[in-house]
Amino acid sequence: MSKKSYRQAINEALRQEMERDDRVILMGEDVAGGTGAGGDQDAWGGPMGVTKGLRPQFGPDRVLDTHLAEMSFVGAAAGAAVTGLRPVVELMFVDFMGVCFDQIFNQVAKFRYMFGGKAVTPLVIRTMYGAGLRAASQHSQCLYPIFTHIPGLKVVLPSNAYEAKGLLIQAIRDDDPVIFFEHKAMYDDEMEVPDEPYAIPFGEANVTREGEDVTIVAFGRMVNLANEAADSLAKRGISCTVVDPRTTSPLDSETILETVEETGRLVVVDEAHPRCGMAADIAGLVAENAFDSLKAPIKLVTSPHAPVPFSPALEDIYIPSVAKIEAAVRATLAHDHKVAAE
Amino acid sequence: MASGLQLSREELGAAYRRMRTIRAFEDAVHAEFSAGTIPGFVHLYAGEEASGVGVCMHLDGRDAIASTHRGHGHCIAKGVEVGPMMHEIFGRKDGLCGGKGGSMHIADLSQGMLGANGIVGAGAPLICGAALTAKTLKTGGVAICFYGDGASNQGAVLESYNLAKIWNLPVIFVAEDNGYAEATASSWSVGGSQVGRGEGFGIPSRQVDGSDFFDVYEAAGEAIDRARAGKGPSLLHVKLNRYYGHFEGDAMTYRLPDEVESARKRDPIDLFRQRVVEASLITAAELDATDREVVAEIGDCMNAAKAAPMPTEADLMTDVYLTY
Repeated sequence: MSKKSYRQAINEALRQEMERDDRVILMGEDVAGGTGAGGDQDAWGGPMGVTKGLRPQFGPDRVLDTHLAEMSFVGAAAGAAVTGLRPVVELMFVDFMGVCFDQIFNQVAKFRYMFGGKAVTPLVIRTMYGAGLRAASQHSQCLYPIFTHIPGLKVVLPSNAYEAKGLLIQAIRDDDPVIFFEHKAMYDDEMEVPDEPYAIPFGEANVTREGEDVTIVAFGRMVNLANEAADSLAKRGISCTVVDPRTTSPLDSETILETVEETGRLVVVDEAHPRCGMAADIAGLVAENAFDSLKAPIKLVTSPHAPVPFSPALEDIYIPSVAKIEAAVRATLAHDHKVAAE
Repeated sequence: MASGLQLSREELGAAYRRMRTIRAFEDAVHAEFSAGTIPGFVHLYAGEEASGVGVCMHLDGRDAIASTHRGHGHCIAKGVEVGPMMHEIFGRKDGLCGGKGGSMHIADLSQGMLGANGIVGAGAPLICGAALTAKTLKTGGVAICFYGDGASNQGAVLESYNLAKIWNLPVIFVAEDNGYAEATASSWSVGGSQVGRGEGFGIPSRQVDGSDFFDVYEAAGEAIDRARAGKGPSLLHVKLNRYYGHFEGDAMTYRLPDEVESARKRDPIDLFRQRVVEASLITAAELDATDREVVAEIGDCMNAAKAAPMPTEADLMTDVYLTY
């Protein structure tokens, strides 16, 4: 056990899995950085330095810089996965899925079913998502709901360094295509992380706070904001359960429903847009399956239905905040059925 | 080269001023970014000025350009005002895009500048559309696609070559090859040659020295004349040098230690000065005066941008047709 950043935890997971299995290869734009140039051939280690050091250790045949054209190399990773390798391909920003989405949703996502169960496609697509770095409209989106919508893909949202390491190891060992979402504002966040390899199974939510009054379901980086809100509310006598589903596909609906049945109130926190996002999805799940336990309408805390703005003044109010989560929790508690009925 | 020197004194002065403005703008943004006052992702055009200006000196209000993530220079070359640009880069309410776009999405549709772009290669299909508009409405306009060596490998760009050819569109593809797709060398990442690729699609293509304004100007003039005459697309492979990193903050350890320094020995602005002064077209003193004016102008707009108000919550949900 030692203190590691989100970045280091991901790097360690990659390194340990590449040491364990020669079929695991890494590819992407500047995952080493400097190929063909006169200087350092591991100059970047990816744009955020996440894959730094892997090229020197594993060599250019297992850590491949690509050209800057996502459709071909993401598709090639899919083709390699279905023929015997276990590629981890970096789609630098998830926003770039627009360039290569056919290879993901028409090709790799369909193989297992469409080929009658005969295809095994152990592909991991690592990608950055989320707002907060003033990266503006085309480098800040939370597109995981789109991937969650597609059968045949597994979708992972690690909320901290511990989760990132365990979930990435699971992703690499998994025999299906996995989209692994790294929040770009979390790379420097540190915590204690085991040094040895470990896998966190998919579809098993993590309950990070246990309470009696309100259930908060949050995704990715939002789990940390939900924890903060819960801790702050606890000081004021409001106790919250916080659920980190870890994966949106598969989704641990059981844990979500159980905790809502206990508390009777639900707030969902999702950095994605409000319509057809995870917040709406969880609200639908609970409305359908735990309607009788609800004591108040479900509250959703999301980003608005607008692209991510560049200006810091706008981006800061765009992203869900601890204050907005607390306000939503209070709103569910303030609701009175009798008053509402009148 | 000969045709470039046939430019009038006024035109040469204007070309110099635009290149100088780009350099001063980018140097100022570089310094401010290093000081931590500019948010977000910023990619600078310093060293590449002769390409944008050499092409855009041929353009007017009928014409459109599509840019890249490295878009400030293309904006200035096309005639976009530097004040609102600087405000945008600082995320201010009165920036070109109301602070919503920033450096990477800076645009001025009123000037035919269809935007810097965060998606590599994405401008190429759009510029085919702009060319289709010009062709359909018979405006006589042309459409310029600026894109990098990295983007030249994108399917969207290669498809656009074909579309521009088969629809005989007035497009000029300007492949700005600064040697690096981010940190990866174009000598490694580009199979074949840019000129060979263009020719493979039946598009007249030629390589141009991006340090030499007059070489760019002459080649662009020929291509633009061809497009305005209804003779379809052309491709220019402009070899140039990027003085700063891929993005601000890039330590550039993939480059040789003396690489930028040696590139600066063939600086496009210095070469332009030498040429026009030696030909006695403009005096060095006149050019020096331009330098002083430009630096003062950029300094003023930098100060104004820093003092300008930020957008507020009331601005967050404007420019949408739905709010949830």
